[in-house]
Amino acid sequence: MAEEILRLENVCKAYNVGQTSETEVLHDINLHLEKGEFLALIGPSGSGKSTLLNIVGLLDRPTSGKLFIKDQDTAHLTDAAITSLRGHRIGFVFQYHHLITAFTALENVMMPMLVDRGFPSDEIKARATMLMEQVGLEKYSNNLAGNMSGGQQQRVAVARALAMSPSLVLADEPTGNLDTKSADGVFELMRKVNSDSATSFLLVTHNLDLAQRCDRIIEVVDGRITA
Amino acid sequence: MNNWLPFEWIASVRFLRDGRMQTLFIVSGIAIGVGVIVFMSAMLAGLEANFIKRVLTSQSQIQLLPLDQVARTLRNGKGEFEDAILQRPAQRVLSIDQWPKIRDRMLAMPEVTAVSPTMAGSALAIRGDASRAVTVTGIEPASYFKIVRVPDYLVAGDGRLTSEDVIIGIQLADDLGATLGDKININNAQGIGRVLTITGLIDLGSKGANQRVSFVALRTAQSLLGMIGGVTTIELTVQDIYAAEIIARQISASNQVKAESWIKTNAQFFTAVQAQESSNTLIRVFVGMSVAFGIAAVLVVSVIQRSKDIGILRAMGTRRGQVLRIFLLQGGLLAFIGSLLGSALGAGALTYWHSMARQADGTELFPLILDRNLFVITAMIATVTGLLAATLPALRAARLDPVEAIRG
Ligand SMILES: Nc1ncnc2c1ncn2[C@@H]1O[C@H](COP(=O)(O)OP(=O)(O)OP(=O)(O)O)[C@@H](O)[C@H]1O
Ligand SMILES: [Mg+2]
Repeated sequence: MAEEILRLENVCKAYNVGQTSETEVLHDINLHLEKGEFLALIGPSGSGKSTLLNIVGLLDRPTSGKLFIKDQDTAHLTDAAITSLRGHRIGFVFQYHHLITAFTALENVMMPMLVDRGFPSDEIKARATMLMEQVGLEKYSNNLAGNMSGGQQQRVAVARALAMSPSLVLADEPTGNLDTKSADGVFELMRKVNSDSATSFLLVTHNLDLAQRCDRIIEVVDGRITA
Repeated sequence: MNNWLPFEWIASVRFLRDGRMQTLFIVSGIAIGVGVIVFMSAMLAGLEANFIKRVLTSQSQIQLLPLDQVARTLRNGKGEFEDAILQRPAQRVLSIDQWPKIRDRMLAMPEVTAVSPTMAGSALAIRGDASRAVTVTGIEPASYFKIVRVPDYLVAGDGRLTSEDVIIGIQLADDLGATLGDKININNAQGIGRVLTITGLIDLGSKGANQRVSFVALRTAQSLLGMIGGVTTIELTVQDIYAAEIIARQISASNQVKAESWIKTNAQFFTAVQAQESSNTLIRVFVGMSVAFGIAAVLVVSVIQRSKDIGILRAMGTRRGQVLRIFLLQGGLLAFIGSLLGSALGAGALTYWHSMARQADGTELFPLILDRNLFVITAMIATVTGLLAATLPALRAARLDPVEAIRG
């Protein structure tokens, strides 16, 4: 049996709990993800995809239900432990404001390792350089992050997400802002990383064409998984 | 990226550099504030040092004088007074009672560094048709020169002082038409006089003093003023000049003399310095506060501007403490760099002012004192102020919800 990376059991998420404006956005979500799986998450706008992704990414906590990361229940972890787990196990690729513009592309890729170790080192730099090569952007290493095209920035963001060798990469509409060709390039890159390193991916997308090229598709409608 | 710089330092420096205009403006603001403080403090220190130097080299710090003469009521018997109205008697020039004994006691006090008995009085200096009223001070050169550096003020002559010699002010020499080596007559009120040779001309820096000052040997003064073996004053210097008043009180409590410290005789100066100090402190506090608010305002804006960056950093595993330090450091760095520039600015302005502002005779208005401690302490206080000012913005940054921050 394949190794389980992630499991959600009856996860609910409500905003503004206890207020009159309380709204439950996610209802009874059950989901599991295996090592090396490439999962697409689709659904209409406002259905709760980003909310779900934030919970899976340990940026937010469920109102009820359980979240297991590699069989570890995250409910009782402290804030610091959650932060550490997030840093080591999960990589993020966002739709907007992908990189920190005060740093170069290479430095952005170094950043998760720098945050973890506290000091830069040649080793960190070597790994970041290797990742930049992997995403085909070694020439742009010393460009300031803001001085690159959207597609290039997203590739750097993928490289950065891989810096800590996470078991899971969460991508929230990473291609939403890109033209078809660039979107395709970024998607293929992720697919390649996925097959090379057995890193699991959870990809939120509105692009059905891309979704169909994933291992499995999950659809969220009104906070419920329908397929 | 320097391998020896920790992550928080790298991020703060980058954020500051990235915020160009903001950083430039706030650093300039801090520099101006710190510059004003440095300028003011250094100038005041210079003026004070100038005065203290004068105190240390041109006057004693404690003067022992004979007790005031008081009239006593006549008494017929126990508790009966003949006349209750007391009149203050005219004060004659008197010698200090048993002064050699007091001098020896002073010499035995560890706080006292020099003791010199002197005899001062008024006399008439005469040369040919010219005559001038002068103050004659009889001194023992060996001990007196330790207290008042008379040789430092010599403009001519060697300052030798035997019983036949006199050292006079340059203005007095001019008035009498006398010069070095000439003989002048010093007469007392009764018209009895001595002929003395001028062995030194001194310039005390004030015309009034140069017109009246004359030093003779103690014995000469004693015979001129008709008080053989007496002294009118015992001059003292002490180790800690600021303890002079306390020591003076101790001395008058345990000896039959009146002791006056330089602190008491220069009370006006101290009031002025104190007033100046407290207004300076007030200015420092307010400048410090406006610098602090400026830093806080810039950082609050910076936290808002960088909230997405903070969100991304948090998402990749940055701890709250690290975010907190990134913004604290920015406050500290801004203040530290601003204070360095401000110190340079203040020191530069003071040096310029020092070279421009001169007294009428071309000498400096105040000595240029640029104490390293002033800069070190200023930089330290500024940095702490910067860190404190950054506390609230930094806490805000650390508490930022990454979900909110990333959604923007
Ligand atoms: N902080 C919040 N407070 C209240 N409601 C929220 C909050 N965040 C999200 N929501 C609501 O939760 C629902 C789901 O939002 P979410 O962002 O997860 O949707 P989504 O599926 O990612 O949509 P899209 O495809 O447009 O990105 C929406 O109705 C949204 O208004
Ligand atoms: Mg979304």
